[in-house]
Formats: sequence, C-alpha cells, structure tokens
Amino acid sequence: MMFKYDSLADLVAAATEANEPLSKIVLREQAEVAETTEEALYETMKHSLDVMRVSVQEGLDPDKRSASGLTGGDAFKMMQAVQEGRNICGEIFGNALTKALAVSQTNACMGRIVAAPTAGSCGILPSAILTIAESRNISDHDLVMALFTASAVGMVIANNASIAGAEGGCQAECGAASAMAAAAIVELCGGTPAMSEHACAIALKNILGLVCDPVAGLVEIPCIKRNAAGVGNALVAAELALAGIESAIPADEVIIAMKKIGDAMSATLKETAEGGLAVTPTGKKLCEKVFGCCQ
Amino acid sequence: MLQAFDIIGPVMIGPSSSHTAGAVRIGKYARSILGTEPVKAHIRFSGSFAKTYKGHGTDKAVIAGILGMDTDDSRIRTSMEIAKQKGLDFEFQEEDIDGAHPNTAEITLTDANGKTAQVQGASIGGGNIIINKINGTEVSISGKSDTLVIPHQDVPGMIAVVTNILAEHDVNIHGFSLCRDHKGGTAVMTIEIDGDIDESLNDAILANPHIYASTILKAI
Repeated sequence: MMFKYDSLADLVAAATEANEPLSKIVLREQAEVAETTEEALYETMKHSLDVMRVSVQEGLDPDKRSASGLTGGDAFKMMQAVQEGRNICGEIFGNALTKALAVSQTNACMGRIVAAPTAGSCGILPSAILTIAESRNISDHDLVMALFTASAVGMVIANNASIAGAEGGCQAECGAASAMAAAAIVELCGGTPAMSEHACAIALKNILGLVCDPVAGLVEIPCIKRNAAGVGNALVAAELALAGIESAIPADEVIIAMKKIGDAMSATLKETAEGGLAVTPTGKKLCEKVFGCCQ
Repeated sequence: MLQAFDIIGPVMIGPSSSHTAGAVRIGKYARSILGTEPVKAHIRFSGSFAKTYKGHGTDKAVIAGILGMDTDDSRIRTSMEIAKQKGLDFEFQEEDIDGAHPNTAEITLTDANGKTAQVQGASIGGGNIIINKINGTEVSISGKSDTLVIPHQDVPGMIAVVTNILAEHDVNIHGFSLCRDHKGGTAVMTIEIDGDIDESLNDAILANPHIYASTILKAI
C-alpha cells in the first residue's frame, strides 16, 4: 500500500485496521516506495539514532562555546541541577531538558547532529525518545521504529504546511519537532495510533503562532531554549493523550491552521532576523558583537 | 515526494539545515556537474544566504561541498583551510538574483584546463535543495535520485529518442523537464529516474547526432 502522507487520520486508520503500530506500516511502505528492503532503511535510521546519542554527549561539555561565542554550557547546568536533585519537575523532565539543550548546543557549535526535521529544532526528538528510553528501559529497536512514526508525522506536516522557519515561523520547526516527538513518545509508551494522532494535535496546538526571530540570524538565541520548551511541550501532549484525553480539533485540521497562520505571519517574523527578539535592544547589541554591525 | 529521511535527516554538521547542509549539497552538485577537479570557485549568495552566510557557516559549507564533502563531514568546519591547501581559489559575492528563492547560491567553477560550470541552486528547507539553473539553462533537479542531463539540438523527436532508450533499459522516469534557448537552438533535457543508472546508457544516447552530451549525475 502506498501512502500520500497528506493526512494523519488516513495513516492512523490504516494502522488501526492492520492492528499494527504506525511505525510498522510506515517502514513497510517506505521500503516499497524506495525499492529497497525494510532492513536497509532500518539500518539507516539506526545510524541516525547513534548520531543522536553522540550529539547529546558532546553537548554536555561545560566549556564549549558556539562559533559566535553567544551560547554554550547550559546543558551542563541543567544536568547538574538534576543530578543534585535541585530541579522542580522530577528526573524525567529534567533529563529531557538537559538532552534538548545539549543536542541544540552541539548544533550551534558546528557539531554533528540529525536534522529532525531541521537543525534548528534538532534537540527535541532525540531528547524525547532517549529520555523515555532511559526511564523505561526501551530497546534500541523500538527507538528506531519510533523514529519512523515521527517521520510520518513530519511528512504530513511538510506536505500540508511547512517545516521551514522561513515559510512558517518557529511553529513549523519546533512545532513540527514537538508534534513528531509527542507521537513517538505515545508509541514508545504503548499508546494507540489514535493516541499518537491526538498527541500530535495537542503539541501543535500549544505552539501555534510561534515566530522565528533568531538574534543575528543565528540558530542560537532563542532556538536552543525553544528546543527545551519543545520537548517539554511534547511530554505535555503525550501525557494528556496517554491519559485518554482527546484533541477536539483533529491533527489534520490543526496542521492546516498552522499553515494559514504561517502564511499570515509577517516576513519580519520568519527567519529574517528583522523582527521579534532579533530587534530588541539586546538582540541588536548581540548582533553587533558578533558581526561588528547590524542592519 | 517526501521520504522518511527527508524528515529525520540529513545527518549533518550544524548549525542550519537550510544554510549549512543545503549549501553543502549545492556545492557538491556544482562539483559533479563540472566533473573535474575545480581550481577556482566564484560563489554568489542571494537573499537570506547573502545576509547571514557568515553566522551559519554557509561559506564553509559551500566550499566543503565543492571539495566533495558530504553534509556530515566534520572537516566542514575547516573547509576553507583545506581548500587553500588543495589549491582551490575561491571568492564570495553578495548580490541578489532577481526572482530567486531566498536561500540561493550561484556557483561558478573552473578547472585547470579552463573548463567552467555554473550552477544555481536553492536550499528549500530541511537540507533539501533544488538546482534551478545549469550553465544558464533552467532546470529543476532535487538531487535525491540519479539524474540525466542532456543538452541537444532543438529538433523534433528528441524526447522520444532518449525515453525509448530508457524504456529499453527498463528505467523508470519520475521527473522530466526541458528548456531551450530559442527555436532550433540548444535545448536541455533533465530526467530524474528511480534506482541506479547504468553508465552504458550514455553511449546509446550519444549515438544520436543531435545530442551534444549526456551526463549522469548521481544522487547526493
């Protein structure tokens, strides 16, 4: 069976009918389309999982700074707070924030990461699945499969809206990543495909309208902290969906709403560094610090 | 048609999938179109690329691609030094290209014998690219699958000649475009196919006297 990836509801219906998780039907279909084996695609995705793990480790370095010198060291601070029992929301939440910051910092330092779906939002999905894996002892096999579920959500968003900040603002990048992560967490925790769909809808709804306003045009401020917020949002959405809470607005309709909001957004708020935080007095000062001058 | 690895991927050196990974890919495509070792590179950045290339390492990324590196090569960080060691002269120009996508680069490469190739490409998000122009002729190539680029004389029946050869070799076409400079002048066919292309196809295609060249660009 071929999927058009233009409707999450259709994918969920297909999985429900086959009585299989989303990941399984997606992997099978992707192998068919690419005229290759499921094993080959699995191995490629396994490589991505390995890179994700290393990118977490690299980002925990307390001393490493980005090329611009603007950011670095935050993941280490968060990790210390969790290790010393100082954080307020428990270990799982603290670990998720730590990992999201770490991957995002690795990215800002020109380290190796997996775009998921973009580099600007690369911390959310790895942090979500690796944190859940640690707390529940989940096998690498299940993690790799969950990445296929996440990819299906991302494909639907990309086909019906956008995954580029320049087109849809941050909601398209961190929003998409958050929705993908929420759907993946649900599958890892034994939820149904329909629950993954609700988790995706809830995660996106919570981030609708978020603009892309990077200081100096760099993928650092506020991107790194928005990755932490993105995984927090994914955990919120997954928790609600796993508790049986449903989104009143179906995921497919939320995605279309996101597209329309992105279209209505001013170009100054879509990765041009001409609006929002980028043009605050401090944002401009930081830009001048990096480039010597700013438009 | 999007695939799973367009979403989870590419594995890449940060910080930006569009401004770093996409730029590597455009550079790599330019190299494959030149087909030989470049000794000179002129890179024109347009739109957002022109405004922010330094902060995103877009300059390092394009040079890395021109040197043949992939998006996940950790040498991208030092590609400019590597280029100097290898004797590749390069220069950047910030000048907008009318009507171009916000993330556009135009790369002109020259090899030791003076042969040149010019490629204009756009980075359209998530590391994905579209090659819009090759040597001034409009094309539309994603680089995700093997692609045939065939400049030929603009005379009737040329599409049939080429596609018949592909059909005989059981090759499935999934993308096709054709542009010409003027009636009866030079036209360029670009054909995107599923799976691998057998290099011997080129010989069969080149046997036609109206066909000037046939190049297989491997997927990047």
